[in-house]
Amino acid sequence: MQRLIIAAIAVILLAAPVAAGTTAITNAHIYTSAKAGEIASGTIVIRNGKIADVGANLRVPAGATIIDARGRIVTPGLYAAGTNLGAVEIELVSQTNDNATSSQSLSAAFDISYGIDPDSIVIPVARLGGITRALVTPVSGDGDGRELLFAGQAAIISLAAGASPVVKPRAAMLLELGESGAAHAGGARGTAITSLRADLDDVRWYASHRRSYDNGSMRELRLSRQDLEALMPVVRGRMTLIISVHRAADIREVLQLAKQYRLQIVLTGVEEGWMVAHDIAKARVPVMLNPTANLPGSFEMRAATLNNAARLDAAGVTVAFANGDGGHRAREGRYNAGNAVAHGLPYTKALAALTSNPASMFGDRNVGSIERGKQADIVIWSGDPLEPLSEAQTIFIAGESQPMTSRADELAKRYKTLNNPYPPAYKN
Amino acid sequence: MATLHFSAAILAATILLAGCATTEGPVAPKPAGPNLDPQVDSNPFPSTYKALPSAPTALVGATIFTGTGQKIDNGTVLIRDGKIESVGGNISVPADYDRVDAKGKWITPGIIDAHSHLGVYPQPRVNAVSDGNEATNPNTAQVWAEHSVWPQDEGFNAVRRGGVTSMLILPGSANLFGGRSVTLKNVPAITMQAMKFPGAPYGLKMACGENPKRVYGSKGGAPSTRMGNVAGYRAAWLEAAQYAQKWDAYRASEGKGDAPARDLKLDTLVGVLKGEILVQNHCYRADEMAVMIDIAKEFGYKISAFHHGSEGYKVADLLAREGICVATWAGWWGFKIEAIDGVAENAALVHAAGGCAVIHSDDPILSQRLNQEAAAALAAGRKIGLTISEADAIKWITANPAKMLGILDKTGTLENGKMADVVIWSAHPLSVYALAEKVYIDGAVIYDRNDKRRQPKSDFMIDRKAGGTE
Repeated sequence: MQRLIIAAIAVILLAAPVAAGTTAITNAHIYTSAKAGEIASGTIVIRNGKIADVGANLRVPAGATIIDARGRIVTPGLYAAGTNLGAVEIELVSQTNDNATSSQSLSAAFDISYGIDPDSIVIPVARLGGITRALVTPVSGDGDGRELLFAGQAAIISLAAGASPVVKPRAAMLLELGESGAAHAGGARGTAITSLRADLDDVRWYASHRRSYDNGSMRELRLSRQDLEALMPVVRGRMTLIISVHRAADIREVLQLAKQYRLQIVLTGVEEGWMVAHDIAKARVPVMLNPTANLPGSFEMRAATLNNAARLDAAGVTVAFANGDGGHRAREGRYNAGNAVAHGLPYTKALAALTSNPASMFGDRNVGSIERGKQADIVIWSGDPLEPLSEAQTIFIAGESQPMTSRADELAKRYKTLNNPYPPAYKN
Repeated sequence: MATLHFSAAILAATILLAGCATTEGPVAPKPAGPNLDPQVDSNPFPSTYKALPSAPTALVGATIFTGTGQKIDNGTVLIRDGKIESVGGNISVPADYDRVDAKGKWITPGIIDAHSHLGVYPQPRVNAVSDGNEATNPNTAQVWAEHSVWPQDEGFNAVRRGGVTSMLILPGSANLFGGRSVTLKNVPAITMQAMKFPGAPYGLKMACGENPKRVYGSKGGAPSTRMGNVAGYRAAWLEAAQYAQKWDAYRASEGKGDAPARDLKLDTLVGVLKGEILVQNHCYRADEMAVMIDIAKEFGYKISAFHHGSEGYKVADLLAREGICVATWAGWWGFKIEAIDGVAENAALVHAAGGCAVIHSDDPILSQRLNQEAAAALAAGRKIGLTISEADAIKWITANPAKMLGILDKTGTLENGKMADVVIWSAHPLSVYALAEKVYIDGAVIYDRNDKRRQPKSDFMIDRKAGGTE
C-alpha cells in the first residue's frame, strides 16, 4: 500500500516536472551527511532544484506537492567516486571504451569528458542503485614501449536522465604509481618516482618559460606541450592529483613527494593504508578505497584487510568509497559500504564515504549532503540503503524525479512470462 | 575453412595417436594392463580428506534456514559423528553434547560456491601461479583443474570466513573443453587430495561463445566463430563415442586383438557420455544454450548447469524442462557483449519458472559474500513482482549448487544423515551485516570468529601484519 502511494506520486511527478513547483518530503528518516546529522523524523523542502529547507519541525509550504516518506530512510544521492560510467559501455568491445589512451604523445592531456556517452545503458542501472553523481576516472593505457605516467583527467558527471552528463570536465588528474607506475616507467619504482619528479620539474620550468618553449630556445622536454599545459594546474596545487598507490611504503613516499611539490592529492587504492593511517591523517590527504578489497592480490597489497576503512577513519582520514569494478557494478557500492560497517566503520561515516566525502574531495560542493541551498539530489529508500534487500524507491536529481527503470529492468519484464503466442520481440 | 582446418587437426591428431599405439605396442602389456584400461583405475588421485576432530554438538536457539526451503524459528541442530543428527524446533539436547547457544543467531547449511577458481588462480595473482587456463588447444579435456590447485591460496581462508564450505574449482573458459573440474571441501590442507570432496563426481568444463573463438581465432586458428565452436564440440564427441566403442569392442573380445591406445582427453569425454562426469557449461546467451542442449541430445549426455548464464531467464522454461541449473550473478553484467542482457532478476526468473537457480561467484572477493549476492538477486525478483521466500533464496547458495555438483545426497541442506556442513551467522544471512561466526565442516569447527585458535591462515600469510586478510 505504501509502495502504491509512492508509486502514484512518482507518476504524478513524472507527468509534471516538479522543479517548477515546491515539493516536500515529509515523515522522513533523514541522514543529512551534514552537520545536522541524522533527523529521525523530518521534512525536506525542494524548490527550484535546490533544497530550500530541511529539519525536524518544518511547516510544509502551502501548495507543495507532498511525498509522505512514512518513516523511510532518505539520504543524499550517492556519489560514485572513481568509475568508468559513460566511458565504458562494454569492456571487451574496445570501440566502446573511452577511459584509457595508448597515445605516444598524450597522457596528462587525455580528457575523458569528451568520450562520455549520455545514452549509455549503464548509467540508468547505476542510478537505480541510488547513484546521482560520479567521478569518471581514466586508467593508464599501454602502448608499444610507452613510458608515460599520467593516466589523464577525470570528469564529474550527473546521472540525471535526459541531461548532458558532464558537469565538470577536467576535475582531477589521475596518476598510477606502485607496480602499475613501475610498469609504465621502465619496470621499476625507482624510475617511476624519478620520472615523475623530472616531469613535475619540467612542468614548473615550462610554466615560467613558455616563450622560450615556443621559440624553440628551450631544452627538449619529455612531455608533449599538451601534457605540460594539462599539468600546470596540478603543479600549482589547483587541480587535485589522484594517485593510485597500494603498498604502505609507497604511500609514505607519495606523501613526502606531494608535500615537497605542494600538490593537492587524493590517494586511491590504499589497501595497506591502515598501516600508515597516521601519516595519511597528518598530511590531511583524503583517500578513495574499496572496502571489500581484502585479498593479497599482489605483492603490494599483502596486508589488505576488511578493516582498512574503519582503521583509516579512526585515525582521522577522510574516506570515499570507490568500488574499483567500473561502472556496471557501481550500484554495489552501497553494499560494499555495508560491509565496511560490518567491519567496524560507524554507519554515518559509511554514508559520508558514499556522499559528502567524495563531493568535498573533488570540490563538488553543491552536492553530497542534505543542507539548505544544496542541489536536491535525494533518494528515498525502501529500507536501510546499505542492505541488498533494500532498493531506491524515489530519486531526485536537481529536484527532478528520475525514471525508475532501465533497459535491464525492461528486459527482465519482457521475459517475465514466457510461451506467449507471439515472441517477446512483440512486447514493447 | 576454419572448420576444415579444425577437422584436419583432429584427423592428424588421431593418426598421430594411432601411430603411437603401434610403436608402443611392444611396451604395452597384452591384453591391456590395469593402468591402460580407463575403466580399471578411474580415480588415480583419490581423496585423502579426513574430517577434523569434532564432538557431538547441539546448536540451540537459532533461526534456521534448512536449505530445503524451510525456516525454523528457535530451532536446534544436533550434530553427531560429523553428520546432521536432527534438526527441528522441538528437540531436546542430550547431556553429553557440547551446547552452543545460538539464540539470536541464524543458521544455514554451509555455502557452496558452484564456480570458483581458488587454487588455480590463487593469490597473489601473478603469472607464475596463474594455472587456470591451458589455452594451448581448444580441446584440453585431458587436463584436470586439481593438478593446478595450490592449497596455500589464502582465498580459501577468506571465503570460509564468508561461510563457504565446498567449492567447484573449474579450469578457465578459454577452450571448448577446458578440462576436469574438482569439488573441494574448504578445509586447510597441505595437499589438494586432502581437500577433495569424498565421492563427488568430476565435472567437465565446457565453454560457449566469445572466449574460445577469441582465444583461438586471434591466433589464426580454429575455432574463430561460433559455428566453429559447435563443429569443435561435435567432432570431439564423435571421436569420444568411437573411442568408447573401440574399448567396448576390445573388452568384449576378451583380450583378443590390440588394446586401443589410451587417450586421457577421450577418457574424460567418455566419462561424460557414460554419465559419470557432469558437464559444467560456461554459456551466456539463450540461443547458444539451446544449441548446446541439442548437442547433448545428439550425443546422449546431460548438461548439469549453464554457468554465468546471463540470458538464462530468456529460456527459463526450457532449462526447467531439461533440468539444467543456471549458475549466475545478481550484479555482474555488460563486461562483454554476450553478457549485455544480463539482469539482476535472472536467478529469480529462473526460479519462478520452476528451474534450478544458483548464485555463484567466479571471483574470490564475491565468493566471500554469496549470501549478499543472493539477497540482491532476491530483491531484484521481488521488484518485478515475483513472490519468492527468503528460505528459497538460501537454496540458491546451498541446495541448488549441491545439486548441480552432484553432491546433494551428501551436503547442501540440513537434513538428517547429511554431512554437518553448517554456518552460524551473527544476523539474518541475507543482511549485509551478517558475519559467519562459526563454520562447521563434517561437524568440526573449521572457523570461529571469536576464537583465535580456529582462524587458519595460509603459509603465504605468515608474518603479514594484517593478521590474515580478515
